[in-house]
Formats: sequence, structure tokens, C-alpha cells
Amino acid sequence: MIIFDDVSKIYQIGDEEVRALNHASMQIDNGEFVSIIGPSGSGKSTLMNIIGCLDTADEGTYSLDGQPISNYSETELTKIRNKKIGFIFQDFNLIGKMTAYENVELPLIYQRIPKNKRRDRVTEALERVDLLYRKDHKPTELSGGQQQRVAIARAIASKPSLFLADEPTGNLDSKTGREIINLFHELHAQGNTIVLITHDNAIAAQAARSIRILDGEVKEVTA
Amino acid sequence: MILQSIKMAWSSIVSSKMRSFLTMLGIIIGVIALVVLVSIVNGATSSVTDSISSMGTNLFTVTINDNKENPLKIDDLSQFTDDGNLSAVAPVTQSNVTAASSYTSESTTIYGTTAAYAEIQGLELAYGRFLRTTDVDNNSRVAVISSDIATEIIGRPNVVGEYIKFDGVEYMIIGVLESDNTDSSSSSVYEAYIPFTALIRLSSNVSSEVTTFYVSAADEDHMDEAEASLTTLLMGRYSQDEDAFTVRNQSTILETMQSVTNTMALLLGGIAAISLLVGGIGIMNIMLVSVTERTKEIGIRKAVGAGRLSIMQQFLIEALMLSLMGCLIGVLGSWGIIEIINIVGDTSYNLSGGVVIIASCFSMAIGIIFGIYPANKAAKKNPIEALRYAS
Repeated sequence: MIIFDDVSKIYQIGDEEVRALNHASMQIDNGEFVSIIGPSGSGKSTLMNIIGCLDTADEGTYSLDGQPISNYSETELTKIRNKKIGFIFQDFNLIGKMTAYENVELPLIYQRIPKNKRRDRVTEALERVDLLYRKDHKPTELSGGQQQRVAIARAIASKPSLFLADEPTGNLDSKTGREIINLFHELHAQGNTIVLITHDNAIAAQAARSIRILDGEVKEVTA
Repeated sequence: MILQSIKMAWSSIVSSKMRSFLTMLGIIIGVIALVVLVSIVNGATSSVTDSISSMGTNLFTVTINDNKENPLKIDDLSQFTDDGNLSAVAPVTQSNVTAASSYTSESTTIYGTTAAYAEIQGLELAYGRFLRTTDVDNNSRVAVISSDIATEIIGRPNVVGEYIKFDGVEYMIIGVLESDNTDSSSSSVYEAYIPFTALIRLSSNVSSEVTTFYVSAADEDHMDEAEASLTTLLMGRYSQDEDAFTVRNQSTILETMQSVTNTMALLLGGIAAISLLVGGIGIMNIMLVSVTERTKEIGIRKAVGAGRLSIMQQFLIEALMLSLMGCLIGVLGSWGIIEIINIVGDTSYNLSGGVVIIASCFSMAIGIIFGIYPANKAAKKNPIEALRYAS
């Protein structure tokens, strides 16, 4: 469960104070499929960084699964990211010199999961996205859609409490994009919490609920 | 986790083989320089010290520089052996003559000495006997020759009882020395020993005055007392003028020799260590480039849960592996080079184990020292900025 309570993020640009997030409050329950929609510069990247524990709020409190994530050290944030967040990025962010299998395995290595258990979970995750047959291929040998499915498998393997997808279809053609969205629907159907960040209304409409962000302010949009 | 880091470091090293090799080259050259130079200096030192100590470490060489109108005669030498600390004394004088058999001749170094010489210098005879006191007293024309003279000038190893001519004067051969196989030089040794008194007669430029003689100490462990007794005796004879004579001891020569070669080993080792250091800076340079190049990768790793320590460990292990692989290749290269030197130069140098250990430790230290800064730089990267980095 994600709770934002009056969260602000302030950047100092020269003498000017810029509020990338301005007293944002919202709540996302476990098992929800929520989209966060806003144009570029609206503060959605900042929002995503805070939800994903890549950054902390300057004001207000953000709590994830009942844990208040503020004033956490980098090491603690790393642990939370590792255990609770499954990132899916617009440009896939796979490591180029590693195979699909190794990319999916990576978060499990950092979770210090023993090797045979890792193998089971990586195999299961790759099967889930229908890419087990490509496991020994490097990202450059895969299509964009396949790369994004590997990235999703990487998130699945780490068994996160939250799938956080940042423009996951932004670099894909519309057909492949639909396949990826369908995959999110399947994950949602299995009870996973999914937060999808996008500037595309059509994509946002796929989610059960949409949250709109504009100039750092958060507004609820009913589906 | 460490195993994983090693795997990752390995795959990163092999993924750019040329660059990794060039990075290692500095370390490779440094290690080869260190190991080869120090091994050769050690080898040369031990062969020199071996030949010095084979001459006997209980030996003093006395040279008379100024006779004070009181030339030392052969009969005067017995006064030195009266002292309890000194056991034997033998004068030595030398000349170059032509040694001739019935069919060939060679230039030979000929030593005039007394019976005690063999004992003092530890000469071993293959055949016959060494000079005796009666030979010296009677100015006998007898000679002890080196094995090379026997085999190469006369033609057989055992020539005792036969005759050889030194500058046309015939000498009876009474003994043949053991050939010195330990000497690495393959050139022939033409040396002969005849009675001191006989050499005075043979050669016009050898006077009856003793200017150089060897004295052996009674006990090798009490060299200082022996040297004190010897010096006292000589001071008495030469009116307390310590410049009139020189006393040298094999062990002091040995010590001087060793300190010279130690200094040389340190100097060469120091130069090699500097090149290792430069190699280490090369590693740091490449690691810094690598950290920048892999900013995106670091960002991804951090996003999926790699902590600072994990990232640091990964880059540190990579630097360490580069330096240790360089060291390994360097040691193998050194071994190869020493083998080649041995074959080409007909020498027998060995890879010095101590310096291999030093080189390994030094390389490891360099890997860690020059790996820490880049590794720390990687570990400190902000994940948000690292993810945004366009590779």
C-alpha cells in the first residue's frame, strides 16, 4: 500500500525554488492497477523516483506497506528497492553484455538468494513472459517488445510488492505496446499492484484508476 | 556474492580483451623487470660469493707495501705461525711463462709458493702430491699443474713423473690438480705451482723478497683475534706503520661484495617497482574510463537493488583481477626470459622465489590502491542520474 501524505519535493535552481511535487497526497491500495498520467515536466518523474525509493521526499511523508520512507539512508533505500519494487523502464534498462537469463537473475543475486532457487525463479519468470526459449540471448539480439518482456520478467522474478512501470510502451509500436499492457493486466489479475506512469491517455485508460499530475499537483481522475 | 563479483569482473575483462591486455601491460612489464633483474643479480651474486668462499673464509691476504729496508724473506714467515691464533702461512709470487711439452706450448700463470699453500687454499689433487718443504729448501725443479695443462698441453690426465718445460727449463710433474668443474666459464685454466725458491731462479723479474703471503687462522670463528695477532706482528716488524702493509680477509671481501650486490638489487628493484607503480596508474585510468562508460549499468544495478558495497566490490575485484592477471603473465614471461637468457648465455639463473612473492604482493597492493578510487566513484553514483545517462 502506497500512501502519500502532503509530499513535496523542492529543487533549488539558481535563486529560484522549484516545487517538482507540491503537497501531493494520494493512496494506492494493494492489488490496484493505477496509472499516473501527466505531460512532461509535470513532476511525474519525481513522483516515480519517490514511489520507487530512488529519492526521498523533502516535505511530508511517503509510506510503503506501512513503512515510512523518509530520512532513510541510501543503504536502506537500496534494500527496499531490492525487495519491494520491480522497475520497468521506457528504455528497458537491460545490461547489454548480459544474457536475458542473467539480466533476470540480477536482482536475485543482490537479494542473496542461493543459486538453485535463483534458477527456479528466473525460469519461472521467463516462462511467464514466454521468453524462456530466448534466455541465452543478449538484449541486442532481441526485439524491443522482447526486451521489455525480459525487463518485466526481471521485475517478476524479484517478487516485488509493487510493479512500477515508467512509460513501458513508449519505445514500442502500438501492437507490441498492447501486448505489454496485456501482460500487466495478467499480472494485475494475479493480484499484483501495478503503477503505470505515462503521458498517453489511451494507455492510462487501460488502468482501473488514473491519477493525474500537473505542475506538481496530484488530482484523482475516476475511471 | 564474492563469487558473483568475480564472475562479473571476469566477464567484463574478457568482453574487451584488447583493452584489458593493454591495461595489464604496465603491470606485466613491471613484474618482468622486477623479477628478471632481481633474479639475475641474485644469481650473479651467489656465483661470485660461492667462488670467493670456496677460497676459504679463514684466510688473510697480506700485502707488503713498504719494506722499511727490511725485506721479508721466506724464512721469516715462520714467526707468524708461532702465534696460536694463526695456523699456516704461505708466500706467493707469480709470473707468466710459456709451458711447453714436446709438441705444443701455451702461456701459463705460474705461482711460486710453499707446501702450506695447498692447505690454506684448499687445493685438491687428482694425481700425485703437492709441493713439500724439502722441495722448497732444495729449490727442486718440480711442479704441480692444473688439469687443463695435463690434458691439453701434455695430452693425458695423469702425467705424474713426466716433464714439462717452463720458459725452456724442465720441471718434473709431481702432482695434477682436480679440475674445477664448478667454474661456469668454459675457458681453460693454465696454472702451475712450483717451489717459491725455484720461481726466483726461473724468472729474472721475481725477487727473493716476499711481498704477498697468505695466512690462515687457526679457528674460523675467531677471525678477529687472528687478525689482531697478525696485525700486531706486522706492526712490530714495520715500525708501527700501518700503511706499510695491507691485511685483507676473504670474509670482508665477501661482505663488501654482498653489500654491493644488495645495493644493486635494491636499485634495480626500485626502478622496476616504479614501473609497476606506473602500471597501477594505468589500471586506475582504465577503471575510471570503465566506470564512466558503465554509468548506465551502475544505475540499473542500483535500481534493482545493488548496494554501494556490492558495486564497490565489483569494481575493486575487477581492478584486482587485472593486476593479478598481469602479475601472473609477468611471472610466466620472466620465467621464459630467464630460460632464454640461460640458453643463449649458457648460464644457470633461477627464478627467485622471494621476488615472485614480492611482485605478487606488490601487484595485489597496486590493484587495491588504484582500484579503490574508481570503485568508490562507481559506488557513489546517484541511481537517478546514472539511469538517465545516455550510453
